[in-house]
This record gives sequence, structure tokens and C-alpha cells, in this order.
Amino acid sequence: MSPPVPEQLSRTIETLYRSESGRVLATLVRLLGDLDLAEESMHEAFAAALESWPRTGIPDKPRPWLISTARFKAIDAMRRRARSDGAQRDLVAHMESRVKDAPSGNEEIGDEEIDDDRLRLIFTCCHPALSPEGQVALTLREICGLTTEEIARAFLVTPATLAQRIVRAKTRIREASIPYEVPAPQELPERLDAVLQVIYLVFNEGYSAAAGAEVTRAELTGEAIRLGRLLTKLQPEPEVIGLLALMLLQESRRAARTSPTGELILLENQDRSLWNREQIAEGVALVEKALSSRRFGPYTLQAAIAAVHAEAESAAATDWRQIVGLYNQLVRIQPSPVVHLNRAVAIAERDGPEAGLTHIDALLGHGELANYYLAHSARAELYRRLGRTAEARSSYEKALALTQQEPERQFLQQRIRQLK
Amino acid sequence: MKYICLGYYDKGKFDAMTEAERNAMFDTCFDYDDHLRANGHWGGGEALQGPETALTLSWKNGKVATTDGPYAETKEQLGGIIVLEARDMNHAVQLIGQHPALTYGNIFEIRPAGDMNEVIKASEQRRRQGVAP
Repeated sequence: MSPPVPEQLSRTIETLYRSESGRVLATLVRLLGDLDLAEESMHEAFAAALESWPRTGIPDKPRPWLISTARFKAIDAMRRRARSDGAQRDLVAHMESRVKDAPSGNEEIGDEEIDDDRLRLIFTCCHPALSPEGQVALTLREICGLTTEEIARAFLVTPATLAQRIVRAKTRIREASIPYEVPAPQELPERLDAVLQVIYLVFNEGYSAAAGAEVTRAELTGEAIRLGRLLTKLQPEPEVIGLLALMLLQESRRAARTSPTGELILLENQDRSLWNREQIAEGVALVEKALSSRRFGPYTLQAAIAAVHAEAESAAATDWRQIVGLYNQLVRIQPSPVVHLNRAVAIAERDGPEAGLTHIDALLGHGELANYYLAHSARAELYRRLGRTAEARSSYEKALALTQQEPERQFLQQRIRQLK
Repeated sequence: MKYICLGYYDKGKFDAMTEAERNAMFDTCFDYDDHLRANGHWGGGEALQGPETALTLSWKNGKVATTDGPYAETKEQLGGIIVLEARDMNHAVQLIGQHPALTYGNIFEIRPAGDMNEVIKASEQRRRQGVAP
């Protein structure tokens, strides 16, 4: 038995795991060409660190030590597999030469090379051939270094369910021979879009959760922002920057968007002194950077809208003319019913409730939004402002019948009570 | 984090193996167990003697009742347990997924170890205060 690891060293190694495992894993996947083998040998390398560092002290450069140790562990693993499965012998010989021919473990792998490795791994984890839930689980585990149990808690599923998602996604990567590479330039916009979707999905999963007990879900927004920062560093395309800005600006309102009892507080009623000024400043600067590229897309425009809100000292001081202008652009590149609805609401703020109602009614006439509770609740709100109580009530009731989320239901019920 | 891996086997199949076949299985399995030990994944483990050696206890009509044999009469019987040290559930799946015992038709059920620390602490407090359970 090895001597017990001093608690401080064990904590240092755990911290190192958090900061280095993503980089070490990405490089190992490139060297070994196999995600499972890379992961396993990385774990063995960290286990070896726990075993030998108490005697030898922490190496000056832990990362090359870990990568080099993991490579030897990978060769061990391959030899072991060859012993139990003769059919694998050729494969093992091939893999061994691959590991040995790669630059020796003593040469430090440059930061730039590691960045490229991480980018490749992100594109692999977010590959469109994987199911969206598989992409999310894999990204959080392999890129962010979260454990299966942590991800399961955040998504309110059992660890066994989540473990299966990861197993399936990995099998798919193997079976579909999903390459471990940054896509070619002609594919890049589409593939990058898939990555952005995964990051925004992680963010929204954390953001849409009500406050209070759901602390682990709040951590998801943190992970999404961390991913956004990483991607901004690795692939600083305007939309990547725009998404990071959008997340920071939405996150800046976290403290103000729910009451202590977990009820939603609308933007117009939020206590703006609770908004996080640092996140706003960073978000606004990023929006300006993305906009100046002239190659921006929907994330940047949404971030720009969030920035206009963030810069208004009060709800009344909001520059609705600018917001409508941004929605006019957004509606052209992303003509979804929801974007149309938001534009109608902005028009109501700029030109008055009647103008907004005309737009919403036209949208409802197309049928697509008929079952979308926010369309009815927006309509109800405009009727309420016009003092047309009966129409307001009937629209609030329609909205109530269409939503199952508890904070939203509480909010609508309260609005109906206030009408009486 | 600890994961308890319950290994199930089919006794009929096992009894039908030749000695050479059995030895080959033991050798590859123990070899892999050594690998788990060498890398700090082995938190402990025991093989169980055959299900016919089991004695099952329960509480019936106010006293302990004993029956011969295992609690669950199924074709596959619990044959051994491994306490595995792994970073998370998928790491445990990866380690046990390579266990040669699987290739001989054995089955592993992996369960995370339950953390009873909070329950034990609360219980100790109740017992110190002499509150009836």
C-alpha cells in the first residue's frame, strides 16, 4: 500500500484536474486517436500522480508529466488488451508505433498546439451525428471535466441515464468514424453553429431554472460562459463573441430576475441596482466588437438587444426605437414566430399597445403561435394597458392553459387576480 | 468515488466448463484485477462461495427465520463483488467494461456507493439525546 496522500497535495491534484484535464485529454485524443483510451490513460496518469508525487514532489511542469505518463499507461493498456484478445494484436502494434512516433513526452507540447487539440475535441463532441442530449453530456464531461453525477444532477436525470447517454454518444463517434478535426472552411459555419447551439442549450438549461434550491443548475450558466470564453479564444468568429456577450448580459440580471420566493420578475420591474455591472461592461464591449465585424448573426443581434436594455437606467428610459431596429434586422435572418412576437412587443413599447396588438393578432392569424403561451400573455398585457379587462382576462387564461412551468403559472395567476 | 460492482454468473455454465477453461478464465480475470490494483482502482473485492452455501435470514412472526439457499432464486447468481475506485459513473463503466469476466458471459451491475455520512451523523445525534427511534 502506498502511504496516505497528504490532504493538501490531494487538493492540489484535484485543482490541477479541474484546470488541466481538458487540455491533457484533448492532446491525448490526438496522440492516441481514441477517446476512450485517452480518457482511461489520463485517469491512470492522475492516479499515478497521487501515488508518486507525495515522494517526488510536484513536477515543475505537471502537464507534460501527465501527458507523458498517460502515454506509457496507454501502451500498457494496449499490450494488456492484446494479451486477452489476439485479434487486436495488429491494431495494438499500429497504435504503439503511433504513440512512440509522436513527439517524445519530454518535449513540451506548445500552448498553441493544445488549443488546436481542444478545438478539435469540441467539434467532435458537438458533431451533428450525435443526439443533442449526447452532445451536451459529452461536451460537459470531456471539455468541462464535470463528472457524470454532476451533469446528471444539473439536468435532473439519474446518473445511470446520463452514463448511458455518454456511452451511446461515444459508441456513435466510434461507429460513425467521426473524425477528430476542425472542419474544413466550407463546413465551418454550419459546424460552428452546432457548437454554439450546444453552449446556448447548456446556458438556457441553467438560466431557465427557477432560483432557490436549484443551485447546481445555476452552475450550468457558469460552465456555458466558461465554454464561450474558451471558444472565443480558440475561434474568435463574430457569432462566437456575440454568444458570449449574450450569455454575459443575460447572466448579469440573475440576481434581479426572481423574487426571494422564486417568482419571476419581469425585466421592466427588476431592481436594476442588482444587475452585475462587470458582466454588463464585458458583454457590451463584446457586442460592439462583434457588430463592428459586419459579419454578425442572430446571437450578436440578440446580444445587442440585451445590451440596449442593460444600458437603460430604468425601464422607462429604454431606447425602444433602437430595439425595434435591431429586431427588424433579426427578423430578416431568423424569421421565427418567436422573433416576430418579440418584435411586436417592442413595437408596442415604441408606438403604443394598439400598434403592438395589430402585429400580434396578425401573427396569431398565421396560426403558428396559437399554442405559444407568451403570445397570449403579451396580448393580455396590451389589453390590460388599454383598460380592456375582459379581453385581457380571456387572453391570460388562454396563456395559463398553455404553460406547465410553475413560476410562469404563478405569475399569470397573479396577473388575473390583479385584474379584478 | 466508490462504485460497488456486483458480478453475476450462471452456475450451470460454470459447472460445465473444463478445468482448463476455468483456469484460463481465472488467469485473465485475475490479471485484470491486478491491473486495477496497480492503478489504484481496487478498493477491495471478494468472491462468494456457491449459492448452495448461502443461508438467508428474515423476520417472521416475531422471530428470526432461516432458509437454506440464496434470497433470490435466479438463473444468474451473485458470484462476487468488487469495490471500485473511479472518478465517475462513466469511468467505472469504462473500467468494468474491459473486465474479461464479461467475455465469459458473466454480468456486472454497477452501483455508486451510498453516502450515509449525513444519515449516520443525524442518527448519532438522536441517540446521544436519547430520543426513541
